[in-house]
Amino acid sequence: MDSFYRENIMDHYRNPRHRGRLDAPTVSHEELNPLCGDMIHMDLVIADGRLADARFDGHGCAISQAAASLLLEDVVGKGLAEVRAYDRDDLFELLGVPLSPARMKCALLSLGVLRAGLHAATDNGGSAATPVVAATADRAGSRSG
Amino acid sequence: MALDTAASTATLDVVAVRADFPILGETVGDKPLTYLDSAASSQKPEAVIRALDDYYRRYNANVHRGIYQISERATAAYEEARHKVARFIGAADNREVIFTRGTTESINLVAYAWGRANVRQGDVIIVTEMEHHSNLVPWQIMAQERGALIEAIPVTDEGRLDLEAYDRLLARHGGRVKLVAVTHVSNTLGTVNPVREVADRARAVGALTLVDGAQSVPHGPVNVGDLGCDFLAFSGHKMLGPMGIGVLWGKRAILEAMPPFNGGGSMIKRVALKESTYADLPNKFEAGTPSTGDAIALGVATDYLTALGMEAVRAHERDLTAYALDRLRAIGGLTLYGPPTAEERTGVFSFTLDDIHPHDLASILDEDGVCVRAGHHCTQPLMDRFGLTATARASVYVYNTPEEIDRLAAALERAKAIFAF
Ligand SMILES: Cc1ncc(COP(=O)(O)O)c(C=O)c1O
Repeated sequence: MDSFYRENIMDHYRNPRHRGRLDAPTVSHEELNPLCGDMIHMDLVIADGRLADARFDGHGCAISQAAASLLLEDVVGKGLAEVRAYDRDDLFELLGVPLSPARMKCALLSLGVLRAGLHAATDNGGSAATPVVAATADRAGSRSG
Repeated sequence: MALDTAASTATLDVVAVRADFPILGETVGDKPLTYLDSAASSQKPEAVIRALDDYYRRYNANVHRGIYQISERATAAYEEARHKVARFIGAADNREVIFTRGTTESINLVAYAWGRANVRQGDVIIVTEMEHHSNLVPWQIMAQERGALIEAIPVTDEGRLDLEAYDRLLARHGGRVKLVAVTHVSNTLGTVNPVREVADRARAVGALTLVDGAQSVPHGPVNVGDLGCDFLAFSGHKMLGPMGIGVLWGKRAILEAMPPFNGGGSMIKRVALKESTYADLPNKFEAGTPSTGDAIALGVATDYLTALGMEAVRAHERDLTAYALDRLRAIGGLTLYGPPTAEERTGVFSFTLDDIHPHDLASILDEDGVCVRAGHHCTQPLMDRFGLTATARASVYVYNTPEEIDRLAAALERAKAIFAF
């Protein structure tokens, strides 16, 4: 079996890009996956119709943290329309390895935070927005017993 | 019960046992299936699978209703299964064995039916900090409705019940304590609790005791007389039986005095439009069409376990536990929760490894074909007690071997290497 925990992922987990906080973000947003305790906080700076800068902070499994790093590395600097159009398949492609349904949730946490943050920024006086789905897809019911 | 008695010399032929479980021949990719999650649900032997198949192929019919031969056969097999379960737990009377969907439904039955009739404003229900959510939430719902109070016996650093704190709770609340709900074995720590003592002290203040036997009945000799409790709840699927069937055992006089739980067919004597009279035990608590095939297959599971010998089952798991404790403790950076010796615990091992998230651990182990659980194991208050959000948990049963523990240890070492900074 092809390990999910290949060098690319582990590199982003150990040396996350865009990690930290920003002094004057346009918007901040964070979400928690209460079942596993994964948490992602994002500070976003929106300027001239672009996602000019972003930082994430948080804790959790390697997949949730590496996905946040990979995601921000990919989207920072891009136009808002392009960032908004970013979807789960784009993120999975970025990760480059197949994820089990249970672990997709971990990866998608950061995308959910990014989208909710953009949505909030747009609501607070940004340009007219096309509706954005803000929640992470919650498909893998996680049950313990 | 002999989960906590001295060493037994009974042995179990694990090679022969493994041959009885078709799923153990499966592979995960190119790796053998290493199933270490029996605390969540056990695998099923051929005999149990065949019993289900046989029921649906040859005599599937509703019980207690048909006046034709296959229905009578199904009814007889269903009642025979009840008898087998009664014998398995040392119950004196088949009518004390109520079939439910599982431990969760059994506990809810008591919380609703018994609680509604017996708990009043200001009364106290005592639980413990190590209960599964299914032995907490039903009591919380009931207590909120009745204006009762929930108190909890705390857990010590080594994962045992703090019985002195329990005594203080009993002294403080005295006769207002109506019921103590305690797990026999912790599904997260593996701790074997002294339920006899807990029940004796409860009785001294006039309280009943409900024992959650989900993790004990499958793993060693359990006798309701020895436990000294009033209710025992357990699940078929954790003891080689099918999902969808479980048991509530209760003392006959208490069950007889209780109002029914679900209303419907089978649980009545006579129904008029505005009022009904109820059937005798056990039917009073088995409204609707029961899970007949599952009950029959659970009876076959008890046959299988009885043939192995529950002392031998316990001895096998104790040896495997001792081996696993040594192997796991030898892994640097691994923190194991629960009591330190195999004598006071069952084969359930919750651990964390360095600061690797348990979900990552479980994923890496899965790549090696090793199935463990990661999460809070439906014991969030216990996780809070130890300042954790999640652990990884491996658990063993009759079919597991030391080689599988070695595979677990090797996979954990691989995880460490992947996460080494
Ligand atoms: C100790 C304990 N109690 C209760 C349960 C609930 O059992 P079930 O889900 O079969 O109703 C479990 C298992 O999930 C358990 O381990």
